[in-house]
Amino acid sequence: MGSLLPNLLRFGRLLRALGLEVPAGSMLTAARALEHVDIGRRGDFYHALRCVLVRRAADLPPFDAAFRAFWRRPPGRRVRNRPRAMGEEIRFGEPEVDPPSLAAEAGDDPSSGGPLAEPRHLELATHSAREALRRKDFALYSAAEIAAAETMMARLDWEVGSRRTRRWLAGAGPGLDLRRLLRSAARHGQDDPVLPRRRRKVRRRPLVLICDVSGSMERYTRMLLHFCHSLTGGLEGVESFVFSTRLTRVTPELRRGRINDVLPALSERVHDWSGGTRIGEALGSFARDWARRILGHGAVVLLISDGWDRGDPELLAREMARLQRSCHRLVWLNPLLGAPGYEPLTRGMRAALPLVDDFLPVHNLESLETLARHLNRLPEARSRRPVAPPGHALSRRSRAAVQR
Amino acid sequence: MARDRAPRSIDELCELLAGELYIADRGLATSIYLALQLGRPLLLEGEAGVGKTEVAKVLAGGLGTELIRLQCYEGLDVNHAVYEWNYARQLLEIRLMEASGTLDREAAAAELFSEEFLVRRPVLRALQHGGRPPVLLIDELDRADEEFEGFLLEILSDFQVTIPELGTIRAEAPPIVIITSNRTRELHDALKRRCLYFWIDYPDYEKELSIVTAKVPAASRRLAEQVTGFVQELRLTALYKVAGVSETLDWIAALTALDRSELDARTVDETLGIVLKNQEDIRAVRGERVRAILDRVAHPGAAGA
Repeated sequence: MGSLLPNLLRFGRLLRALGLEVPAGSMLTAARALEHVDIGRRGDFYHALRCVLVRRAADLPPFDAAFRAFWRRPPGRRVRNRPRAMGEEIRFGEPEVDPPSLAAEAGDDPSSGGPLAEPRHLELATHSAREALRRKDFALYSAAEIAAAETMMARLDWEVGSRRTRRWLAGAGPGLDLRRLLRSAARHGQDDPVLPRRRRKVRRRPLVLICDVSGSMERYTRMLLHFCHSLTGGLEGVESFVFSTRLTRVTPELRRGRINDVLPALSERVHDWSGGTRIGEALGSFARDWARRILGHGAVVLLISDGWDRGDPELLAREMARLQRSCHRLVWLNPLLGAPGYEPLTRGMRAALPLVDDFLPVHNLESLETLARHLNRLPEARSRRPVAPPGHALSRRSRAAVQR
Repeated sequence: MARDRAPRSIDELCELLAGELYIADRGLATSIYLALQLGRPLLLEGEAGVGKTEVAKVLAGGLGTELIRLQCYEGLDVNHAVYEWNYARQLLEIRLMEASGTLDREAAAAELFSEEFLVRRPVLRALQHGGRPPVLLIDELDRADEEFEGFLLEILSDFQVTIPELGTIRAEAPPIVIITSNRTRELHDALKRRCLYFWIDYPDYEKELSIVTAKVPAASRRLAEQVTGFVQELRLTALYKVAGVSETLDWIAALTALDRSELDARTVDETLGIVLKNQEDIRAVRGERVRAILDRVAHPGAAGA
């Protein structure tokens, strides 16, 4: 093996620097794997390393890039005396490029200043101040109030309904626990006068947040991201997405650390921040790329938007119908619904309304409390939904399904 | 096709798979070969219908060993994956003992919880399999819940299970384990760490065509080229549910059964439901889109490029 093993270890370090998880055990397995393949065949060498060191599809592109950069054939030695036997003789030389020092870049000052800078923390002293803040519209918050609201938000209790799983637990319930029955029967000879029972295990429903961050939502974006962050970070099984023209999954960012460290990273990743709104298209890409992966197990979807849609309302209606069919409950949260006299008259809102299970405001802390209470009490059955062939005269449907 | 020994090189493994009519690319063959050599489970991920499950089947066929399949679903637990006691027989036995007045409590417990009353489920069967190690296929593990994954991890690290009433059962020869996942959720890292990993992609035109001709030899060459080209084009369209290789095979088998030797717009419209399983997708493609794709695949030479 000669220089191969040290190079392999160096390659492992490069992969770690690129964010792949490479435990020491895997490096050992990789070394063992290489004993079984002809490392003169570059393809086999590549696949042997790949199937040991990569564990998820998302890691394939960084692995490929690292492999190409690291395991380069040494230049100059390519056409020596035996051009045809080269593949047999010369394998892989010293790496020509140093692993990129990503750590140094990441350590850079996380852009301070700007609209997303960290406000000073402030606890509201009096009860009346807290009450006033509860009712105040998010759009009117000062930086200090945002910070205070954050603390209050963290105290909200999210249960998001529950569902019975297929798993059984011992305890009072409808099923007979035959295993325990048999054991006690064998022990006592007689059938136990008290038959052991079992019941279904209960689990909280998964929650999916899809939040509009387009231009028209700008005044609410910051507080709503706080809201998403406190849900995503505080509960297991919550997935978060933001969109304006394109959909971006932000679950990993929101899981990481405190909101004020998260926001700069977010604004970097979401390219069309504060752009136009295409809800239908965003939901379409959600349906294609994510729905089947995360809407299992009776998920509840919270779609947060003011309904100002520049896309095709037909498409929006189609996508809403589809989204509603694939989740347990579809809740539309609209910050404008808190304003007195607001009527959901925009084209987008009108197209979408017949297809949501709940239509609720999300403009102040009080509305969040209402939402939390509502979610905690979700019925186990799906709400009744209109049945019609897809894309069929949706706009003519009544708004009967809408609850306020 | 059964062989007496395991393949000794990647080339031999490729041959073995080809003998079972499975066209594997070099990467997949390398992963399978290493899984066999290192005695590690192989985790296969990929979209639905790219032939993940098939790998286990052809491997069992090629190695001439038994395929033991564990289909995962939500709520799958030890009782359905590993073992269960045969309660009905146990109860009956107790009654018999009582009736004949031979019920001795100590002895009864030992007798009732003996191997005789044990129902063996796939995992236990794979561990207790005598002779040539079987292929244990753990299919769609992402459907099972996380508790089960943790339990599986335990089995995959030592190839043994403990039954409280009986003791520990250890595999003499560890089974060849193939795990598949459709990625409806991410599997746990601890489990992945035990496994070798391979992502199976949709095949390109050339590869899919050779799969089609190998699996449905009755189809005319022209039809095979057109259908493959058509499905390849469909995969480039934004659809909710992309057609897998199995759909291609179903489609061409159906067309061959209908005695078609060529694709035309009407035939496609009539049989589109075999390839696309989603009403919106069918509506989006039927008609104009079908004609446009047909125009492009009418000359298969150009379509494959």
